[in-house]
Amino acid sequence: MKKWLTLLRQRPSLQAWLLLLPSAFWLFVFFIAPLFIVLVYSFLERGTYGGVVWHFTLENYRRVFDPLYFKTFWRSFYIAAVTTFFTLLLGYPLAYYIATRPPKRRGTLVLALMIPFWTNFLVRTYAWLTLLRTHTGLINVTLMSLGWIHKPLPLFGNDTAIVIGLVYGWLPDMILPIYATLERLDRSLLEAAMDLYASGPNVFRRVIWPLSLPGVVAGSMLVFIPSLGAFVTPAILGGGKALMIGNIISNQFLAAHDWPFGSALSFVMMAVMLIATLIYFRATSGEERRQL
Amino acid sequence: MSDANLARALSRRSRMAKLKKRLSEGLFSGYGFLGYLFLYLPIIILVIFSFNDSRSTAQWAGFTTRWYVAMAKDHQIILSLWNSLFVAVVSTIISVIIGTLAALAMERYRFWGKLMMDAVLYLPIIIPDIAMAIMLLIFFDLSGVGFEPWKVHLFGVHLAVPYSVIIGHVAFNISFVAVVVRARLAQMDMVLEEAAQDLYADPWRTFWRVTFPMLLPGIVGGALLAFTLSMDDFVITFFTSGAGFNTLPVRVFSMIKKGVTPKINAVSTLMLLFSLVLVAISLILSRGGGEEGPSTPTL
Repeated sequence: MKKWLTLLRQRPSLQAWLLLLPSAFWLFVFFIAPLFIVLVYSFLERGTYGGVVWHFTLENYRRVFDPLYFKTFWRSFYIAAVTTFFTLLLGYPLAYYIATRPPKRRGTLVLALMIPFWTNFLVRTYAWLTLLRTHTGLINVTLMSLGWIHKPLPLFGNDTAIVIGLVYGWLPDMILPIYATLERLDRSLLEAAMDLYASGPNVFRRVIWPLSLPGVVAGSMLVFIPSLGAFVTPAILGGGKALMIGNIISNQFLAAHDWPFGSALSFVMMAVMLIATLIYFRATSGEERRQL
Repeated sequence: MSDANLARALSRRSRMAKLKKRLSEGLFSGYGFLGYLFLYLPIIILVIFSFNDSRSTAQWAGFTTRWYVAMAKDHQIILSLWNSLFVAVVSTIISVIIGTLAALAMERYRFWGKLMMDAVLYLPIIIPDIAMAIMLLIFFDLSGVGFEPWKVHLFGVHLAVPYSVIIGHVAFNISFVAVVVRARLAQMDMVLEEAAQDLYADPWRTFWRVTFPMLLPGIVGGALLAFTLSMDDFVITFFTSGAGFNTLPVRVFSMIKKGVTPKINAVSTLMLLFSLVLVAISLILSRGGGEEGPSTPTL
């Protein structure tokens, strides 16, 4: 026992691994191992009554590129990109607004952001369901009773509804990292730019925007990745018609019992996320270099 | 141009500039207001219609609390609330302990395999929950263990919680706890710990008397985040629970699928209150703990 203790004291890396033992065990058994099992499953054939047949095939990956599924993939990518664009468009000025208030107001405004951020995603999606539904949604009912429209607006069961739900759901995730970079921004740099007679738009384009890019990148990733993998939002606001890749994946497990194909779909989805992230990082870091 | 004219022209220019600045400032404040309105209005409308004396969630028909009564009488909802609380408490306790140990290792040591552990710890945060959900579903199905329930008798309620759900929640919570605690550790000054060591405190004593009290705000922050994430999770619970087990979000999802009623608004309002309480707790703790951390620890 004593020998062990002295050994432990002499070897810091042994101490570190002892501290990591529970988390490493949990994550390797219940996260990394399942990840590899899914990878293996994606190369197997489906069994007749659910389950798998242990026979190697590439058929699942070929099917991902069938027009039927590929179209959904493309649409999901498009929806996630549009969502990221709109959260950035709405979120950046709001983050800037918060960052330019006096410190005390700033605290209150950030807190006011935390409340919707901590509210259940499902609840927030449901809130939009009651607003957007075609015949019984608050927006259409109100507009019709005011006589402004005579036919309900197509707000529900389409990509518009999904984008609205996703933008609403992930907006705080875009604002918070941008706010964090803007708040740390050195004021003297802005003053220096003004002293050198830079116009307002130029100060923004040449100083503020490049310096806030890390926040923009972080926020975009925090919005894009979960939007591409969205399951709840299209399930509720898509009205069973507009689906995204997350719904196709879940269908393979809940209804179609084609687990190998579902596994292949989720691996391709994760690959798309990885590639998009890498391209985005590369593009924005390039821009940063150019601007500075 | 005479001096007087020049002065007048200059003052007019500066007045124009001031006016322009005030105008843009006003527009900006207006935008800020609209931004927050967008974030809050849907939630406020949701709460208002939970008191609507009609099945409609679009036309106001007078005030009632009957949807709350209906909610309280719905055994399924009450049971799912207990399930949610149980899963959240258990998974928070486990993940806080495991995650804090991991954070200490990652922040205070240099060792072989650190980069790999870093990736393994971050992956559950980045990966979309649908992917993690099906990974766990296949894993538990293949291994043949996990779906059997943990039977507990608590406050007169019989709960049967599948181990798979708790295991899944811990798996995603460890990473979030580790991130929050690591952030706190990175901020902490090591001077006090070194001072304790210099005064011949053994490592065990140094940890409990110095490191731990200073780390506590980070641990509490991590615990609150883990609890919230666990209470809020729908996708991973939905896929790892097998048939017949409901947490509150899973119950709400199946209610939504059956049709919209103000009863769902009432349940949503309840969940909203939970989030508000958690935000309040975290606020009080962060104020109480102060930016500088707790009062100087005594040896």
